[in-house]
Amino acid sequence: MTKLLEWLFGVSLVGAVWALVTFDLLDLSLPQTYREVAWPMPLYLLVSFGCYSLATVGYRVATFNDCDEAAKELQEQIKEAKEDLRKKGLKM
Amino acid sequence: LQEIHVAMASRKTSHQNRVNGDKYSVLLPTYNERENLPLIVWLLVKYFGESGFNYEIIVIDDGSPDGTLDVAEQLQKIYGEDKILLRPRAKKLGLGTAYIHGMKHATGNFIFIMDADLSHHPKFIPEFIEKQKEGDYDLVSGTRYQGNGGVYGWDLRRKLISRGANFLTQVLLRPGASDLTGSFRLYKKKVLESLVEQCVSKGYVFQMEMIVRARQLNYTVGEVPISFVDRVYGESKLGGNEIVSFVKGLLTLFATT
Repeated sequence: MTKLLEWLFGVSLVGAVWALVTFDLLDLSLPQTYREVAWPMPLYLLVSFGCYSLATVGYRVATFNDCDEAAKELQEQIKEAKEDLRKKGLKM
Repeated sequence: LQEIHVAMASRKTSHQNRVNGDKYSVLLPTYNERENLPLIVWLLVKYFGESGFNYEIIVIDDGSPDGTLDVAEQLQKIYGEDKILLRPRAKKLGLGTAYIHGMKHATGNFIFIMDADLSHHPKFIPEFIEKQKEGDYDLVSGTRYQGNGGVYGWDLRRKLISRGANFLTQVLLRPGASDLTGSFRLYKKKVLESLVEQCVSKGYVFQMEMIVRARQLNYTVGEVPISFVDRVYGESKLGGNEIVSFVKGLLTLFATT
């Protein structure tokens, strides 16, 4: 199953449950409060997922390591390498 | 005294490696890397030499007009034809075919792929090899997004795009690896051969497709944190075109894997 199909399957499952409760399709005569909680649920889910995404990406951007040490080390090694290669007879 | 210890330790590992017979072929596709090629080769020789693993470096130059191949020939004279192999091609033909071309001549049972522009540092090579041995992984991927991994020379915009794209990819594809577009990796040769055959994308997406297909084929993936130092010479690019082709590639993989 491709990822696309997995997503379609998941979304339709959630959608079906949501419709069952909100429109009481099976005539379970659920209490009114169930319906009232259920009908805006997709929007809530979407908004919380959006918030989660923003928070996660924001946190990861803020904590993205800056490898200053690595860059410095590389610059020094480049000098060392150039000198050594010249000695070995490399013409750049 | 410490030096003696180090020397003894390295002799010990080099002895072990001669016994178990593993050999690592490093594939270096180049295009206009005259400045960087000698430096990356020098660093590779240094770190492979210190750790004592058996290796060879295969330079696949795609007809660079700047004379990269001349420099490569000089390096071959300095370090020997058993260590530096030249497999040039007439013109730029893409990464996937460069790997296939390079692998045809590789005598190692493991293949390293990395960029020749010094953004990937050979000092991580021993860590890749240890990680691979630790879990007998089919593939070990360098990651900028975990542990001590990171980047140098990226501004906020670049970091935001990178993290955002990575998050979106994780959500949509759940690939089981944290860095999909990185290209510093160690493969078992057979695994790389079978993956390259199946992958059709170009550029950033090619690396992503390789790891997504690896997961699909039930290959095991290990990860090593790496620092990514953005191009010292030359210029790095991340324009609108790259972003559009990334999104296209992501959606293609989403629908087909």
